[in-house]
Amino acid sequence: MKKYMTSGLLAATTLTTPAMAEDSVEVLHWWTSGGEAAAVSVLKDALEAKGVTWNDMPVAGGSGEAAMTVVRSRVTAGNPPTSVQMLGYDILEWASQGALSNLDATAEAEGWGDVVPEALQFFAKHDGHWVSAPVNVHSTNWVWTSGKIMEELGVTEAPSDFVGLLDIAKRAQDAGYIGIAHGGQPWQEATVFDSVAIATGGLDWYKKVFIELDAEAINSDIMVTALENLGAYRELVDDNFSGRDWNLATAMVITDKAAFQIMGDWAKGEFVNAGEVAGEDFQCWRVPGTEGAVTFNADQFAMFNVGDDRKPAQAEMASSVMSPEFQVAFNIVKGSVPARIDVSDEEFDACGRKGMADLKAANEGGTLVGSQAQGHANIPAVKTAFSDAITAFFNGELTAEEAAEEMADTVAIAQQ
Amino acid sequence: MLKRYLPQIVITPGTLLVAAGVYGFIGFTAAISFTDSKILPSFNYVGLRNYENLFKLKAWDIAVANLLTFSVFYIAICCVLGLLLAILIDQKIRAESVFRSIYLYPMALSFIVTGTAWKWFLDPGIGLESVMHQFGWASFEFNWIKEREFALYTIVIAAVWQTVGFAMALFLAGLRGIDSEMLKAARVDGAKILQVYRRIIIPQLGYTFVSVMVILVYNAIRTYDLIVVMTNGGPGRATWLPSVFMYQYTFTRNQMGIGAASAVMMLALIAVIVIPYFWWELKSQGKQK
Amino acid sequence: MTRRKKFSTTAMIQKAALYFSLLLFAFLFLMPMYVMLVNSVKPLEEIQAGGMMNLPWNWTLEPWLKAWSTAQIGVEPTGLRPYFWNSILMVVPAVTVSTLLGAVNGYVLTHWTFRGHKIIFLMMLGAVFIPYQIALIPMARMLGVFGLAGTILGLVVVHTLYGIGFTTLFFRNYYVAFPDDLMKAAKVDGAGLFRIFFRIILPASTPIIIVTVIWQFTNIWNDFLFGVSFADFDSFPMTVALNNLVNSSTGVKEYNVHFAGAFIAAVPTLLIYIFAGRYFVRGLMGGSVKG
Repeated sequence: MKKYMTSGLLAATTLTTPAMAEDSVEVLHWWTSGGEAAAVSVLKDALEAKGVTWNDMPVAGGSGEAAMTVVRSRVTAGNPPTSVQMLGYDILEWASQGALSNLDATAEAEGWGDVVPEALQFFAKHDGHWVSAPVNVHSTNWVWTSGKIMEELGVTEAPSDFVGLLDIAKRAQDAGYIGIAHGGQPWQEATVFDSVAIATGGLDWYKKVFIELDAEAINSDIMVTALENLGAYRELVDDNFSGRDWNLATAMVITDKAAFQIMGDWAKGEFVNAGEVAGEDFQCWRVPGTEGAVTFNADQFAMFNVGDDRKPAQAEMASSVMSPEFQVAFNIVKGSVPARIDVSDEEFDACGRKGMADLKAANEGGTLVGSQAQGHANIPAVKTAFSDAITAFFNGELTAEEAAEEMADTVAIAQQ
Repeated sequence: MLKRYLPQIVITPGTLLVAAGVYGFIGFTAAISFTDSKILPSFNYVGLRNYENLFKLKAWDIAVANLLTFSVFYIAICCVLGLLLAILIDQKIRAESVFRSIYLYPMALSFIVTGTAWKWFLDPGIGLESVMHQFGWASFEFNWIKEREFALYTIVIAAVWQTVGFAMALFLAGLRGIDSEMLKAARVDGAKILQVYRRIIIPQLGYTFVSVMVILVYNAIRTYDLIVVMTNGGPGRATWLPSVFMYQYTFTRNQMGIGAASAVMMLALIAVIVIPYFWWELKSQGKQK
Repeated sequence: MTRRKKFSTTAMIQKAALYFSLLLFAFLFLMPMYVMLVNSVKPLEEIQAGGMMNLPWNWTLEPWLKAWSTAQIGVEPTGLRPYFWNSILMVVPAVTVSTLLGAVNGYVLTHWTFRGHKIIFLMMLGAVFIPYQIALIPMARMLGVFGLAGTILGLVVVHTLYGIGFTTLFFRNYYVAFPDDLMKAAKVDGAGLFRIFFRIILPASTPIIIVTVIWQFTNIWNDFLFGVSFADFDSFPMTVALNNLVNSSTGVKEYNVHFAGAFIAAVPTLLIYIFAGRYFVRGLMGGSVKG
């Protein structure tokens, strides 16, 4: 209420400022598909109910690649959007350029610090100041299985290790199905490798390689073994995988053509959209060998340093993003887990509840780590240095040894 | 006074725009390539480090090697096919303008549009291969876009399809500009049509060939949208070109210094091809006047 | 007698081969267009059932209507319609200004030469070869400085700038072949630079103007990179909206709507090629890129 009054006062005193600019936000995002757009609309409606106009600036494609170019040119031009959908280290890099707003006032008033997991705060704060409002927490170490095929194969629960998982794919192949639904794009191959790495080398090794960038751990026998495990996975993929979008791979599981897909929990949105029920038509397992660990990534709305006349609307937006109502409504549609751990899991399905419980446990047990594939383990230059080598290996351009060596070389360059 | 310098004054606005927007920006990029710029331009001088790193990166080697392969096939096919189409159309055929429009129309479309269509068409799951299977040719295989060794050639196909019409138009213009008396004389002499083309017409198309080549080389170096839409560099990184490399490093990997270094290398490559052309253009300017 | 007969049979065969090749190539060139067109008038289920080349069983214009006015572009279900307008507002001035500047430049560089005109011409020629990506960051800064960031006017300036190289080249090569005598006579009569330009040169430039307009129109209309980098939420051109429509990252891909949208985006340029295409080759013959 107090905030309304001050912003009302501001509006009354600064008569020269056009009212338009004051009460509108411009939001750059790449959530353009039906389900996602519907989820964003929830936010738009909430803001419009408060009298803030939503100016939509969607830039689709390449999981945000085009959008990141746009941010750069907009910031360079001195005309940044109010807010940009952003991931992990991108936020921190922009913050270190001084391009982001300070949201401390809103964050303190609403007590964000108490409800957002520490690991997530790392990406939402810069120099101790809030610069970004987290929307959700995704995690990448999930397996999504076809209920029908599992039943046919007599699989009732998750296997105990990664080899067991590949064994299910083999049996599915023998039964005439496609073993693994895989989308052949660098980021998807890297996403699978998140899980393979933990299943092979353990969580500590994962941290050493992807977060601490220990050169010896990168070009090591364990890495070669991990890549070979990815190679074993590769053998169980159909021929037509290259270039396939992740959601088309998910569709192969939904239509019971393939046994399972290893993918982040955004895949669940596709199952839900197709009218499937968690635990019956499909199952969600943590990737065998990675139980207990959660490799997360979080979508956030980074708030850019706009003119003072646009700041009140920006604060309104940050507050709406963090409201429990939006966090629940959005994440049910999106398949992810709310970014605050204090909201009720009542409205979520079995997989959503498992995700929320896992997140809480991992947060407390210290096994919540940033996903390398999704840019939450290190800066984008390092992320792509890894995924280049992973995808080159996956497509047969490099052997496992060569790939491990290239990783070490390019990661060193990326750190300069 | 004003009148005396009017030509210079008239040409100034365009010249200034180009000087700033083209040469100024080239200078800026060159400057950035010697700095440690990451997410935004910075001006910390780091010497040749970006170039050293660039040459260490395997992705750059691949991109350059791909550009060579791509250019050779793309240019050769465009030249041969463009000339062939122009010659076919030049045979005083019926409905000439219909055929010409058909060969030319892909140029009117954006790569975003045609790339989508080609991606679809070449996908073995839904495209040509599956259609052939439906017609009962079960062993038909065409999965190049999915194969690391062949994906680049699918880009060649789409690029040729899109731009060969322009080569045709230029050749056609060249053919129409040839002295018809000489042709008549040759025909009267009873020379066979193939001989007429080989001995008399094609040698006269020298200038056209140069124009076509320069435009094609330039197209090849700049090819970007098509790749992003069709393969996005994949499978793996089998279809990376320097243009893709530069965009990736500058805009999505936050390694603007290396991106700028690769841009300078691209510009150098363009210069190698274009400067002889400039020289030749200047020389012939005097001749024509 | 027999020899003559034989000759005409070969001629027949030659003719048949000629038309066969022409038709074969026409078929190959039209194929992707056919695929797009035929799938844009099919219900989605038919596409999913396979049979890319089949004619639809149920013809429907629904995808076209949807792409035009109700498809989701981001959060708003606006279809491509508002962006179509943005593109028009951008293309028309950009083409006009760059063509005019090109004409004036080409004219001065050929008929009012001064010391250093060759350098200027080479500069313009060099501009043709710049890869646009390197311009993004510095251009963004420039637009910001001049207060043009995120406006249609900003896009007009950018497209004009990177069009001048081509337009100058086209006009210069056309005017090089222009008879000098006429010019000299006019100059002797005391006609000035602009007077000669408007009275003599411009009226004789129709073919090259058409070539230039076609070239500029298609390039600017189809541009994606500048549009996406320099536009605001209210100044997006068509290509950016189309990309948003086609590249949605999740959910069912509505291929029929995508193809219809792609077609709608291509209609203006296609029309120009179909109606002005004949002048294109004629204009090129006129020496635009030198024959």
